[in-house]
Amino acid sequence: MKKIATREAYGEALVELGKENPDVVVLDADLAKSTKTIDFGKQYPHRFFDMGVAEQNMLGTAAGLAAAGKIPFCSTFAVFATGRAFDQLRNSIAYPRLNVKICASHAGITVGEDGASHQSVEDIALVRSVPNLTVFIPADAVETKKAVMAAAEIKGPVYIRLGRMAVPVLHEDDFVFEPGKALLMREGADATIIATGIMVAEALSAARQLAEEGLDVRVLNIHTIKPLDVGAVISAAKDTKAIVTAEEHSIIGGLGSAVAETVCEHYPVPVYRVGIPDTFGESGTPAELIERYGLTARHLVEAVRVTVRLDWK
Amino acid sequence: MKQETIAWLEGKAREIRRHIIRMTAAAGSGHPGGSLSAADIVAALYFHILRLNPNWPAWPGRDRFVLSKGHAAPVLYAALAERGFFPVEELLTLRKLGSRLQGHPDMKVLPGVEMSTGSLGQGLSAANGMALAARLDGRDYRVFVLLGDGETQEGMVWEAAMAAAHYKLDNVTAFLDHNGLQIDGPVREVMSVEPAADKWKAFGWDVQVIDGHDAAQILRAVETARQVEGRPQMIVAETVKGKGVSFMENQVDWHGKAPKPEEAEKALAELG
Ligand SMILES: Cc1ncc(C[n+]2csc(CCOP(=O)(O)OP(=O)(O)O)c2C)c(N)n1
Ligand SMILES: [Mg+2]
Repeated sequence: MKKIATREAYGEALVELGKENPDVVVLDADLAKSTKTIDFGKQYPHRFFDMGVAEQNMLGTAAGLAAAGKIPFCSTFAVFATGRAFDQLRNSIAYPRLNVKICASHAGITVGEDGASHQSVEDIALVRSVPNLTVFIPADAVETKKAVMAAAEIKGPVYIRLGRMAVPVLHEDDFVFEPGKALLMREGADATIIATGIMVAEALSAARQLAEEGLDVRVLNIHTIKPLDVGAVISAAKDTKAIVTAEEHSIIGGLGSAVAETVCEHYPVPVYRVGIPDTFGESGTPAELIERYGLTARHLVEAVRVTVRLDWK
Repeated sequence: MKQETIAWLEGKAREIRRHIIRMTAAAGSGHPGGSLSAADIVAALYFHILRLNPNWPAWPGRDRFVLSKGHAAPVLYAALAERGFFPVEELLTLRKLGSRLQGHPDMKVLPGVEMSTGSLGQGLSAANGMALAARLDGRDYRVFVLLGDGETQEGMVWEAAMAAAHYKLDNVTAFLDHNGLQIDGPVREVMSVEPAADKWKAFGWDVQVIDGHDAAQILRAVETARQVEGRPQMIVAETVKGKGVSFMENQVDWHGKAPKPEEAEKALAELG
């Protein structure tokens, strides 16, 4: 299967967008080569601003650009976009509902060797709690491109979570990205794996393995964490009576929490959260880390087996 | 500069100060000290310097003013109301449930507010963004911004200072409300920002130091700033916190405390 990192697709999408829309401007904080905004910078140097190692100022400047009618896309690593500059994201962008797109790359532990300081395990929790913000987590390169285009159409702040590691391409090019709609990747009646980002591919692989054991598993791809497709989550609870969530993020505050909140309120069924346990990451290869932190298809298979067996009365 | 212009601006500043007292008194909370210290600057901006149209607040060619020290919202609201952006009577709704006059400025609800501020240290970055947009769009508007001296303890201010000089944003003019006080005491004692003028110079800005309560000096400084090419301009305005109300002047306690009715009466009598 072809593999492309979502950040690569982001870089390409920006260049396309730049061609279509002269109001698109791009800002980076000395990571343009890593976040791939450099491609836009080369094509449209007068619409590209490197703000240096100053993430707070980058988001604040983007707010001003948006207030004056531009569509700024800002990139840095997810750790810094949400951690270092959270107050700017909240007060200068989300509260005034300014048209800024924060495209954070190197999310999660698949950053790899750089270690815990650079591995955001809590960014979804942070952005999910901020009013006015739309949050996309694309699962592959195709989804990323469409999410970037969709973000440009949305009049308001958007956070897009991107990864460093090359991941399988799941969609055909003609795939239709509908913001706020969970994507049914596979139908099933015995359990649902609700996955986001790079875990969607793992979920599909887990579902195939479980099918061999006679377990019929639905897979939902939540590319829009916010607004969450509450209807699809409730249907999954009602139809399959067991849910496993899958995300490359802490089990606290992310997709798992969002699903658990929804299910508890509307139709309680067992929800098992697969994600990074409440801990920071560490150095290692991405493959070693997803194994160590329990983010592989094998871990999802285990989780589904346990969850469907839970007798919940 | 005409003497009448100066006298007129002084009158406007006095009216703005009276509004600040009435509004904060009616609200029972708010920030009179830093609003009063900025009244002459804000009056000069809204009644002489800024190119704007109250009947078309979103006019793309307008000059922008970003109140980075958002807690001084009363001074901004008073000027906007006096300038005709919304009815003067609305000033008394400050900080009340449902009011467009939020405790700190909200650009989405109140016409004339260019940026939502309140979390200190962010306004200059936003001003820079607007100035960059002006350049991209080939527009000649200027962006003015007002910073508190305590506010410049925020690291982000210096990120923005660096960026404005780096991108040669000569369409950005900043004022520093150099009143020497913040919440916990004198700025010099809490965390000195001195020598303030030299710091801005070192960051590549054109710097002037003026009396921030002298309308003629404010207008002249802005005229001088307009001539500067290739560099952003900082006007360090020497001010007195609580200016115009004797018992509030230089009193750290009047940073974030509203006058009681009898105090408000006394203040209004003094202001004339
Ligand atoms: C980021 C942030 N931290 C703290 C505060 C609380 N606060 C409000 S005003 C203020 C002091 C500001 O002092 P200065 O900038 O000198 O303002 P002025 O004297 O002009 O009122 C503080 C700490 C805030 N609004 N924002
Ligand atoms: Mg001060």
